[in-house]
Amino acid sequence: MEVVSGLLSGFALALEPVNLLWCLVGVLLGTLVGILPGLGPPATIAMLLPLTFNMNPAGAIIMLAGIYYGAKYGGSTTSILLNVPGESASVVTCIDGHQLARKGRAGPALGIAAIASFIAGTVGVLGLMLVAPPLAKLALAFSSPEYFALMAFGLSMVVLLAGRSMLKALLAALLGLWIATMGTDLFSATSRFTFGQLELLSGIDFIVVAIGVFALGEVLANMEAREEAHALPVPKGVRKLLPSLQDLKDSRFAFVNGSVVGFFVGVLPGAGSTIASFLSYGLEKAVSRRREQFGSGVIEGVAAPEGANNSETGGALVPLLTLGIPGSATTAILLAALVLWGFKPGPLFIPEHPAMFWGLVASMYIGNVMLLALNLPLVPVFAQVLRLPVYVLYPVIFGVSMVGVYTVSGSMFDLTLLLVFGLLGYLMRKLDYPAAPLILGLVLGAGMERALRQSLMMSEGSLAILASRPISAVLLGFAIVILLVPLFSRINAWRLRALEPR
Amino acid sequence: MASERRMASADLWSGLAFALLGGYIVATAWDWEYLGAEGPGPGFFPLWYGIAMLALSLALVVSSLRAPWNPPLVPFQWRAVGRALSVWLALALAVAACNLLGFVVSLALLTYFIVAVMYRRRARTAAAVALALGAGFYAVFPFVLGVALPTGIFGF
Repeated sequence: MEVVSGLLSGFALALEPVNLLWCLVGVLLGTLVGILPGLGPPATIAMLLPLTFNMNPAGAIIMLAGIYYGAKYGGSTTSILLNVPGESASVVTCIDGHQLARKGRAGPALGIAAIASFIAGTVGVLGLMLVAPPLAKLALAFSSPEYFALMAFGLSMVVLLAGRSMLKALLAALLGLWIATMGTDLFSATSRFTFGQLELLSGIDFIVVAIGVFALGEVLANMEAREEAHALPVPKGVRKLLPSLQDLKDSRFAFVNGSVVGFFVGVLPGAGSTIASFLSYGLEKAVSRRREQFGSGVIEGVAAPEGANNSETGGALVPLLTLGIPGSATTAILLAALVLWGFKPGPLFIPEHPAMFWGLVASMYIGNVMLLALNLPLVPVFAQVLRLPVYVLYPVIFGVSMVGVYTVSGSMFDLTLLLVFGLLGYLMRKLDYPAAPLILGLVLGAGMERALRQSLMMSEGSLAILASRPISAVLLGFAIVILLVPLFSRINAWRLRALEPR
Repeated sequence: MASERRMASADLWSGLAFALLGGYIVATAWDWEYLGAEGPGPGFFPLWYGIAMLALSLALVVSSLRAPWNPPLVPFQWRAVGRALSVWLALALAVAACNLLGFVVSLALLTYFIVAVMYRRRARTAAAVALALGAGFYAVFPFVLGVALPTGIFGF
């Protein structure tokens, strides 16, 4: 009953005209961002975040979430037409999607991607709605040691799955922790790592780092090449975009597989939509009667990963909203957004702000319907975005990034920091250091330090408190095992195989 | 092989950079209170992650010196890196010019550089894109949204 009444109140909020408008803006922007290679949801959300400060928080979170899941829809278009993933979650869609397009079946490939995304995206929201409230109640029993252990576990999962070298992923996470501790220590008022700069006393704004590392770093990396890719044509007319009955029949299992795998991988901190789509594709191939044809253009090879990366969104919001633990770069930025608007994601978020939670859930149902309605008839229109010259797009991204950072503080110092973090983001890409652990380290750093220091205050300085409480002991145990993975060559080989296509 | 050596070398230098940073963090945190009467002090957390950074970066340095490194996802191409760094430098100049020329003019000049120099389009195309973008940003942000942007000698 609680779920039904919550959902009804959520729909009442999400169906308000202004919120419907923000939902539409979010999913449209998300689709465009997904289509454009080199501009992902974390960069877009980070760039637009400062512009939402004057918005109603409900409308703002509805719009930013719309960008998050809308990008998953859009990503398939570029994968299928260009053989270039619009965003990382659509990498695996290139395999069969582009082959289908080369065979003249771009329409059904785009159509099945939209249908699978809709079905699995809706299942993911259903999972979020059913799992989040009871998990939040369970998490009410958590205290500082459990929170520290949970954050350490989340960070270790991100490190495990973030890149080919765990050493580099760990170093990136530690760099994030260092940036997080810059500024005045709230316990003792000591200024730490400020290099004598007054501007650093209040720490470095998360938005500056996120926009620098993701938006500027991505654009600088993309600007290395002068050439632009050319897309295959999209058939005009909805009828030519609709998959055949045989296509739908072939994709039956893929819809279920994508929905279930995507949601559960999403709940797991650190795994993310790329892993979800690869796992779902692998499972689909493993159980298929025509597995030898995978890679040559089979329709379920598009449906499974596209479903999984959309269902993952609902799963990823579970730890974010119930525990305050983001599992990916995008959810880390959403966490920062909620904090900036004055909310504290965690066990008390749903009981204290039911309208925000249920409004978000309801908006995601509505957003998925909007995306299906938009994507089937308008794919040829969206595909025109791929004709936008990069020499126009990149200066726009630079301009929006600068405006985004300047809006936060009105400080030229922050614009200088933006340059520093832009260069850092670019160098990290070149040197194969993953950016997600840095962002997670930055977002979780202050909370981790606070939880650890509070735990040690509770125990009068004894670290045994972390091992003597069952939940924190189990979570820290898992974190330690995860960090020891490179020592187990077979498991590490599996990890590297899973990450190889990225 | 050459690209593998380059990545190993990149790991070596980035590992050394992290080792320096780790050493700096440890040395700085050493001077702050570690444990006080009310619990851990400001030096507690940085000291531990600084030590971890130092240890891990040295492990990266040693591994890059000893083992054949995994092939990089994308081999280093210095010409491409030069392009990216040129754009970064132009962006830095645009940021520096904001106080003098204002945001709109700085962005327009940056756009002109990107279109004309980096993508080798005709000067007329570059000027049109730069003007359109500058005017578009001015129309959307200060004019419609009321967002304050750095202004310069031209008053916008």
